Amino acid sequence: MVPIAYRVEWRRQDLPDTVTLGIAPVEAPLATPTPGQFMMVWAFGVGEVPLSVSGIGEDGRLEHTVRNVGAVTAALSRARPGEIVGVRGPYGAGWDLDRATGRDLLIVAGGLGLAPLRPAMLEALAERHRFGRMALLVGARDPQSLLYTEELEQWRGRFDIEVEVTVDAAPPSWRGDVGVVTKLLGRAPVDYAGATAIVCGPEVMMRFVAIGLTDAGVPPHEIWLSMERNMRCGIGHCGHCQLGPEFICKDGPVLSWTRMEKPMMVRER
Amino acid sequence: MDVVLSRDGVADLVRQLRADGRRVIAPVRRDGAIRLDEVESLDELPTGWTDDQDGGSYRLHRIERPELFGSATPAMPWKRWVYPERTLLMTAERRDDGITITTPEPEAVPQAFFGIRSCDVHALSILDQVFLDPVDPTYAAMRRSTFIVAVGCARPGGTCFCASMGTGPAPTAGYDIALTEICTVERHDFYAESGSEQGAVMLGRLDGRSPTDEDRAVVSGLMTDAADQMGRRLDPTDPTAARDHYDHPRWDDVAARCLACANCTMVCPTCFCSTTEDTSDLAGVVSRRWRTWDSCFTLDFSYVGGAPARSSTRSRYRQWLLHKLVTWHDQFGTSGCVGCGRCITWCPVGIDLTVEIAAIAREPGGST
Amino acid sequence: MKSIRDLLAEHPVFGSLDSSLLELMSGCGRNEHFDSGAQILREGADADHFYLLRSGRVALEVAIPHRGIIVIETLGPSEILGVSWPFPPYRWAFDAKAIEPTSAISIDAACLRRKCEEDPVLGYQVFSRFAQLMRDRLQATRLQLLDVYGSHAG
Repeated sequence: MVPIAYRVEWRRQDLPDTVTLGIAPVEAPLATPTPGQFMMVWAFGVGEVPLSVSGIGEDGRLEHTVRNVGAVTAALSRARPGEIVGVRGPYGAGWDLDRATGRDLLIVAGGLGLAPLRPAMLEALAERHRFGRMALLVGARDPQSLLYTEELEQWRGRFDIEVEVTVDAAPPSWRGDVGVVTKLLGRAPVDYAGATAIVCGPEVMMRFVAIGLTDAGVPPHEIWLSMERNMRCGIGHCGHCQLGPEFICKDGPVLSWTRMEKPMMVRER
Repeated sequence: MDVVLSRDGVADLVRQLRADGRRVIAPVRRDGAIRLDEVESLDELPTGWTDDQDGGSYRLHRIERPELFGSATPAMPWKRWVYPERTLLMTAERRDDGITITTPEPEAVPQAFFGIRSCDVHALSILDQVFLDPVDPTYAAMRRSTFIVAVGCARPGGTCFCASMGTGPAPTAGYDIALTEICTVERHDFYAESGSEQGAVMLGRLDGRSPTDEDRAVVSGLMTDAADQMGRRLDPTDPTAARDHYDHPRWDDVAARCLACANCTMVCPTCFCSTTEDTSDLAGVVSRRWRTWDSCFTLDFSYVGGAPARSSTRSRYRQWLLHKLVTWHDQFGTSGCVGCGRCITWCPVGIDLTVEIAAIAREPGGST
Repeated sequence: MKSIRDLLAEHPVFGSLDSSLLELMSGCGRNEHFDSGAQILREGADADHFYLLRSGRVALEVAIPHRGIIVIETLGPSEILGVSWPFPPYRWAFDAKAIEPTSAISIDAACLRRKCEEDPVLGYQVFSRFAQLMRDRLQATRLQLLDVYGSHAG
């Protein structure tokens, strides 16, 4: 439950309310997270929040994409290079890409949900031969709120992955798609019955995406969602993140639609 | 090993525990209720008092005989002596060259829980499952340093239902010594049984006599009578029938009565939820991080996307009850309830979870 | 060169029509091509055609005073452009502009309406497909209304 010191190496303003911090351990690093795991990140004197890992670098370096929504994330968003933050983890179960070996891979991101999916995306691309067809489907509110636009453009330039980006509304200068992200589901050129889907975004978006994927033929146990709940401890002690029988912090955050369908369809669970 | 102790023998047990350097926590009469506190001698126990407990009601009154353990479960659970309400997790200090973080050594004052009931002993084993894997250092240290003197309940409280939960009234495991008080017109003594090596050693230091078959028969009779006196019942696995009844109309009914005051979670011997808070000195040089008890009845307990996940009392009561009685089985393989009845007694509006779960476990609209 | 009937038969929405109905419907269709930037529909104008898109991309736009032009949906191959033609007052609700060179089968609305009245079987087949289409659009619109990515999300 005690963080260790990491130094902010760089800070990038992604969106008006969102920054990405590159941090490096001051001394020995924590264990290297796997894609989909999270860290508890602490701002001195303010508190701690669970943050998904959006980049896994050399020598224990980590990237976290932070949206300023509360006191702790506000403090972290303000952190400048050289400053110290506290980190503990990694916690939870991430995406099991090994299980998807030999299958088509669908990556579906909504809004900031692209952040935790980025390490999975990079890992899959680094070992591209392990998977069948691959598609990245990204939904956002508008073109201004897209994350990692430079990388999206690079990925879109590749011939071994289909990248589709859609926004809810756009000015005429936007050359991409406009429409809800679920519209992209049936369109991606993959074999749905033989695909594994990894999904992250706001809960309501994931619900509709999971339903859309099931309709398209993806087996429910091959749909993996990264769930969000507030967490204080990360190890199943504080009780906050419970959703039905699951402790999102240790049973999740990545859970299959098989397990999430029932609780996600009940209001105020 | 088992022996029969006189009242003096039990008083000596308190002395011996203290002589070993243990603080002895025991029931005491304070503020019109039986509470728990450190005692220096057996005389501080609420001799000759019992309690009347019912939904939303608690009164003490005198009894004729000088029973030491004539009252039922104390108002507060024992958990605060293994899982304190407020624990310092760490202290961080800003220095020129960065930040140093120190953690306090977990407090491990040797202690004894003197007079803990079987339900509450079971509650400790439930907390063990939560806090020993993975290990919470504070809990582990305090739990390890605790000597358990359990007491069989000859007088169940008005809201108890341990017999149906299989958690009492007689202690069956998890103790160092178990006492059963025999207090009649003719005699006042205590049947004592060891449940561990250190319990047996302790009994060996006391001046007791060997029990007779009659002593054992009396104890067994007391426990059977106590089990028969319990007016409420709850089978530990029955509530799982409520698993998918999220939209049962009874939730609206109970929500209309529930004040979301969180009393039930505070008095529950197994409720373990906590939150953390960070404090900072005015100079912003030293920061401390604390863990405090929390309750799933608070609005901001659970949130998603920056907004409360359970904004209605209905959903918060549902979370508490279904966790305690249903999903606890999925998580830990047991019920989260031990049948102590505190949540019924200390609910200001007398909500009775045995009644609520029975209604909710039935199909909505099903016959009663 | 493929006939209109062949092209209709390839289209996912109408391809499943009976051969005789395809024949009937193809009598109202013709091939059209739009250059990038071409205005296809104009808000308030007569809804006298609709389009089965074959290639390219079309943006549905609405002009909002002080906010300029907002694209509310883009449509691509195998989608249908225009759902205002079956119902009075037969006027377009949005502007539609080709944002890529776009090929489509355009269907003469008055012609198809007349054939649907004359042949209720064709009418049922056409209208049930448009009902499905409008349900899908309505669902999508509701999702957009939810603004699920809003900054309230953490």
